[in-house]
Amino acid sequence: MADRIVVDPVTRIEGHLRIEAEIKDGKIVDAFSSSTMVRGIEEIVKGRDPRDVWAFVQRTCGVCTTVHALTSVRAVEDALGIAVPPNAEMVRNIMEGALYMHDHTVHFYHLHALDWVDVVNALKADPQKTSELAQSISSWPKSSPGYFSDIKKRITKFVESGQLGIFANGYWGHPQMKLPAEVNLMAVAHYLEALEWQKEIVKVHTIFGGKNPHPNYLVGGMACAINTENPGGINAERLAMVKTLLDEGKRFIEQVYIPDLLAIASFYKDWGAIGKGFGNYMSYGDFPTNGYADQSSFKFPQGIILNRDLSKVVDVNHRSSDEIKEFVNNSWYDNYAEGKDTGRHPWEGETNIKYSGPKPPYEHLNVEEKYSFIKTPRWKGMPMEVGPLARLLVGYARGNKEIQESVNAALGQLNVPVDALFSTLGRTAARGIETQLVANWTMEFYDTLIRNIKNGDERMANTENWEPSTWPAEAKGVGYMEAPRGALAHWIRIKDGKTANYQQVVPSTWNASPRDPKGIRSAYESCLIGTPVADPELPLEIIRTIHSFDPCIACAVHLYDEHGKHISKVSNVGSCEI
Amino acid sequence: MANNKEVRETYYESIIKQGYSRRDFMKFATYIAAYMGLENSMVGQVAKSLESTYRVPVIWEHFQECTCCSESFIRSDHPIVADIILDKISLDYTLTLMAASGHQAEAAKQSTMEKYKGEYILCVEGSVPMGDDGNYCCIGGRSAKDLLIEAAAGAKAIIAWGSCASNGCVQAAKPNPTNATPIHKIIKNKPIIRVPGCPPIGEVMAGVIVHLVTFGRLPELDRLGRPKAFYAKRVHDSCYRRPYYDAGLFAETFDDQNAKDGYCLYKLGCKGPMTYNSCGTIKWNNGVSYPIQSGHGCIGCSEDSFWDNGPFYERLAKVPGIHAEGLADDIGKVGAGVLAGGLAVHAIAANISKRKELKSRINRGKSNEKDIDS
Repeated sequence: MADRIVVDPVTRIEGHLRIEAEIKDGKIVDAFSSSTMVRGIEEIVKGRDPRDVWAFVQRTCGVCTTVHALTSVRAVEDALGIAVPPNAEMVRNIMEGALYMHDHTVHFYHLHALDWVDVVNALKADPQKTSELAQSISSWPKSSPGYFSDIKKRITKFVESGQLGIFANGYWGHPQMKLPAEVNLMAVAHYLEALEWQKEIVKVHTIFGGKNPHPNYLVGGMACAINTENPGGINAERLAMVKTLLDEGKRFIEQVYIPDLLAIASFYKDWGAIGKGFGNYMSYGDFPTNGYADQSSFKFPQGIILNRDLSKVVDVNHRSSDEIKEFVNNSWYDNYAEGKDTGRHPWEGETNIKYSGPKPPYEHLNVEEKYSFIKTPRWKGMPMEVGPLARLLVGYARGNKEIQESVNAALGQLNVPVDALFSTLGRTAARGIETQLVANWTMEFYDTLIRNIKNGDERMANTENWEPSTWPAEAKGVGYMEAPRGALAHWIRIKDGKTANYQQVVPSTWNASPRDPKGIRSAYESCLIGTPVADPELPLEIIRTIHSFDPCIACAVHLYDEHGKHISKVSNVGSCEI
Repeated sequence: MANNKEVRETYYESIIKQGYSRRDFMKFATYIAAYMGLENSMVGQVAKSLESTYRVPVIWEHFQECTCCSESFIRSDHPIVADIILDKISLDYTLTLMAASGHQAEAAKQSTMEKYKGEYILCVEGSVPMGDDGNYCCIGGRSAKDLLIEAAAGAKAIIAWGSCASNGCVQAAKPNPTNATPIHKIIKNKPIIRVPGCPPIGEVMAGVIVHLVTFGRLPELDRLGRPKAFYAKRVHDSCYRRPYYDAGLFAETFDDQNAKDGYCLYKLGCKGPMTYNSCGTIKWNNGVSYPIQSGHGCIGCSEDSFWDNGPFYERLAKVPGIHAEGLADDIGKVGAGVLAGGLAVHAIAANISKRKELKSRINRGKSNEKDIDS
């Protein structure tokens, strides 16, 4: 007998995601992932000025804000053959680096930590011992017994008030919570500190892009002109502020996030064997240092790993009509003219919404038919997992020394083999490891920017092909990047100065999609198979694995018994719904 | 969740219980007064209000949105503001921030709606798709439309966060495939505060919600339902580049010398002259900058249908409420009698002289700099 669990809505994510899972003998035997919201942004940008499109598609997601804007301007620049000035490349890299620093840290503390950290248990901690622990793993100054004692007092009063606010009804006391009280207290203290900290690092976006969320981008470069001799431009004061923000951000990551991650992970090593999935990983590569056209200059290399075989890396080509294709066989869109089970390369893609699911209110989806607004992308017919783990594995397999050293150092500290990376724990650890790498690189980008300016190069935008009169009658392009949540690409067709077609294939499309015509599961569905669920009423294990992807989808998992009776719902996730 | 009225605390009690000092509390009251555009003398009244007002339950719904409003809200800079709104207001339901599981989350919302019928504040982030019977956005198997109508029924007031809830935003741009609809077009019998922007400024969001719970009444609204404190002026009116506009000095292309010198971005499509928002005064992320200061024109993200008012980089054909003042290109036209009359001529003459003066000042500055260099 298999029970069906439904989690809907999943909280602590962006978007509306629903997961239905079947449980047998305490383990998940099948799972279905569905996004239940659609907006039609790809249709809306048709006929618009391609230079405007970044702003529309940026609104795909306000959490990983910037990524769709950057991908869009890259797609248009690719189509029109525009190379951006080195300064603009560095500013874009710095903004992306700041996003990684912000997004991954917030994910760890505010979206994921409560799956591992027991807030109520922290009340049992000894502040003296907590201080000793904190000082043994980090030089972060806020670590005195008095500091932790104050935090403990604050939490005690908070819990005693009976009004737990966003902490109400968490998984406190769950048998899967394994941290000592002192680690819990330290983590809660840092949860609060990170909430303060996150407001600061985003100011890098405000300086270059005018605001956050949703800073401004520009086809051809960036709008923030440099003028070191004028208050009207990016000058020494603005740059010094960026430097300070990056320094402080890097310090928090090195002295708080990473030590916490390793300390917490060391108590959950069994999760190095849970949430494995199918074992194909894909990275598009990102952080160009010598122009976007020169892939060899990317800090994150591109490539594909199949079946966990780290001895081989296959190249990925976004332009080939034989590689990336999207299917709609299980998605609420009109089937392609060629038939339900055929796929299309995104340049030929279409988005004709056609809902055919149950009429709300409904108890569950009919997973025998179409069951999601997410399309199903495949690379040469195979599912791919994307995200921090995929990036590090591709870099590792490519022999990138910096990435290998970082990964090996973390594995050594946790005393686990490389195989442990292919897991829920591996995904969460990989996110931390790469945050540290990206923080280091972002300082390099900053130094490069300063060096360029010092050498007299103050260009920030290439406006040679700004006017549509300079464009060919027809053009097509692809923009891609590694967003914090994984491989992201946009495909554009331009005709007579207007956007003729636009398709976005986002990280959560790869990871959270429904199964393909061959019945093969995508990453979320695949990784849940075999996950133990001790208590179907409190399926913390499902949340851990789903959160390890940092879903950018509001995600929902509900539990049903064999008669389809609803057992429980768990709320916890978010998504990039197009 | 202890939501019984007997155990509800005042803001002041709650803050003190959280370990903050009286001094922190007064600082917070001062910030709030400032956000609400109140005089210094009002600080005491705000503080008194916070000391004696009970915590108001808040339900925060997420429909067709990108979560940028929630993100902006947590960027609201003063720490106590974030704390108050995350922990100290009874924020009983929000998908983005809560730790609870869906079942308990939905139960908490139901309980708030029953217990505090007519008392709670409903915050809505996102538009509601009315196309195809509401099938385009479902939460827990129920349509957004259904959830909105249910939650609105017992709400004391509704806050429509951001452009999605206020005017439909990007998903309502042509051709609006899902018939994305703003809240005020669905709910007609409740007071609705519209707080447009994509997203709204964090401190504006904090200011609006704190006004509501502090004074127990709506802030003063304009005819479009926006709080006057934050939406009474155009971005253009408070723009620090305004003198360049008045003088007819414009960036002609991105990154040209004029752009580097911080000239007006009107010719690059800036929608500041037709956009009502506080970007020029409150600015973004604790006053660090705002779009124009960072070299990109305003895209008008707090205006109705701003996505269809573009293209973004095409200059406004006509600046509402402004005559031909300062528009260098129009001066010839005006001279040819398109706009006749002594007043217009006077304005042009004044502008030409303003422009001359500004230019001469700039030149003077440049020659001074040269002197310093040599």
